Amino acid sequence: MGGQVKFIQGNEACVEGALYAGLGFFAGYPITPSTEIAELLSARLPQKRGIFMQMEDEIASICAIIGASLTGSKSMTATSGPGFSLMQEALGFAVMAEIPCVIVDVQRGGPSTGLATKLSQGDVNQARWGTHGDHAIVALTASNHQDVFSITVDAFNFAETYRTPVILLFDEVLGHMRERLEIPQPGELPLVERLKTALPEGVDYHPYLPREDGRLPMSDFGGVHRYNVTGLFHDMWGFPSENPSIVYGLMRHLTDKIEHHVDDLTRYKEYYADDAETLLISYGSSARSALHVVMNRRQRGERLGLLELQTLWPFPSELVREKAKNARYVVVVEMNMGQVLQSVKSAVDRPDKVSLANQVDGTLITPTTILNILRIIQGRGV
Amino acid sequence: MGTREYIRERFFPHLWCPGCGHGIVLNGLLHAVENIGLKKNDIVMVSGIGCSARISGYLDFHTLHTIHGRALAFATGVKMSRPELTLLVPMGDGDALSIGGNHFIHACRRNIDITAIVMNNRVYGMTGGQYSPLSGYGTYATTAPYMNIDPDFDVVAVAKAAGATFVARSTTYHIKQLTDVLEAAILHKGFSVVEIMSQCPTYFGRKNKGGSASDMMEVFRTRTTPIASKEKAEDPSLIERGVFEDREAPEYCEEYHHIIERATKGR
Repeated sequence: MGGQVKFIQGNEACVEGALYAGLGFFAGYPITPSTEIAELLSARLPQKRGIFMQMEDEIASICAIIGASLTGSKSMTATSGPGFSLMQEALGFAVMAEIPCVIVDVQRGGPSTGLATKLSQGDVNQARWGTHGDHAIVALTASNHQDVFSITVDAFNFAETYRTPVILLFDEVLGHMRERLEIPQPGELPLVERLKTALPEGVDYHPYLPREDGRLPMSDFGGVHRYNVTGLFHDMWGFPSENPSIVYGLMRHLTDKIEHHVDDLTRYKEYYADDAETLLISYGSSARSALHVVMNRRQRGERLGLLELQTLWPFPSELVREKAKNARYVVVVEMNMGQVLQSVKSAVDRPDKVSLANQVDGTLITPTTILNILRIIQGRGV
Repeated sequence: MGTREYIRERFFPHLWCPGCGHGIVLNGLLHAVENIGLKKNDIVMVSGIGCSARISGYLDFHTLHTIHGRALAFATGVKMSRPELTLLVPMGDGDALSIGGNHFIHACRRNIDITAIVMNNRVYGMTGGQYSPLSGYGTYATTAPYMNIDPDFDVVAVAKAAGATFVARSTTYHIKQLTDVLEAAILHKGFSVVEIMSQCPTYFGRKNKGGSASDMMEVFRTRTTPIASKEKAEDPSLIERGVFEDREAPEYCEEYHHIIERATKGR
């Protein structure tokens, strides 16, 4: 640490993280509550000789960042729920064609236009299954600006390492709240640069032939290797194929390259989780309220703990199972109708010990509300 | 270098039907590229979805076969990142002007240096013959068994109105002109649109009693005319061919470069 200190919004912390990670291309379309990300980057990116574009809609935005990524640029777009819905088809293209990119969704209330200026965490499952077809996906979140910064850097690193789109699921409170951010010095956080093929011109380059470790070295558009990129199932040259063994092989590859690396992709924090009789599981801004409850009740000797998830997809089932194993009560604190709840129930030894403490009225769930719900769950009344 | 050098022979035969006009467009395009003397490493071809979109897979350029209607948006990202590359975007009529209509008009408006090629066969061929926004009132299609009541619009007029700085039209019958206008479009600095009337004997022809591929091309010969010809004056229903717009205007990538200069001034 010891870098520049700022007092800023979460959306700006995301911008700082993206620039630290080496963002070279941003395309977006205005939408509350994410717009500050575009505004800030319209000023900052040209200063670094990067590209900022305001496109005609969110579909064009995600398509443009995929195109830019193919030339070797680290690319990002930012939006909120309605725009994220529009991006789903192209998100699937990035999954299928294995194009690194980062998509920020600063969540607001939905469905539809919903609550444009209020928060929710209602897009967790849209991030997982919004695009059609079987696929694996990476979605990350954070609960404070220092973590927003570092998880944004992680998002770019994962995108490059796994050749995949990575979704950052923030929310309105996180995006607009102001707090302290200390920007790390250059080199303090590791950055993953794109793995590029070392094959010289004239040697047959197979853009979709994984190495032994499953990774696929890329070649920039405009470079010496010309190849095809398609959203169809494709062979090692990137040419369309309906051959069942090729189709199955690609489906397995796309799934396994993420699901087999859950440990590497898992980011989390824990507070008094080891001896917790009641374990809260939360993420994003609701984790702030959950943490407040835990700290407050611990001072009074209550065995309360918190597991804060920063990686939501792929879901860290083993981590959750392990941390929840000794807890009598597991309470998922989230601002939706129970989207992470289902994954937690699937992960733990006894699903019946898992309950939901949620709030879906567009306002942040407070520590008092969480505590009241806990008292009911624990059978101690409010 | 012959045009054969531009082809990925390993991926042939192509999937187009016998008599399809798209192969003629491909031929004209490759001759245009050869005439200009472009290097394969300097060309990025971006396409969407449909029969026309498959053109990209057959060519030994950097090729990006994307999703329906969005080719120009992907191409915009490539071009902005690497302005020195030549961007070719072949699209079908439905791809470019129905699902992709929004991206089309905004690419025209920005005047970004990309060549859009609209291979207009007035039908959705890949899905089996449904009407497109360019089929026109009174035509028949698998989704217009009683008659199509959707009016069409004029690609050239739309492109000009939206701000494209080079706009041309030709047909698969006029292979020399087709090659010439594509060459001029690629050389043009700014957003260029070339509409090429192409025949689909399999669907549009069959549904509209168009006859064989050569019958349909004969119609391109007899029902089109050079811009502002004597024939056009005598018969206004004739469709004009040629270059409708060719003007200079600030190109988007160059304008963005000025933004970088402003942003980095004094730094």
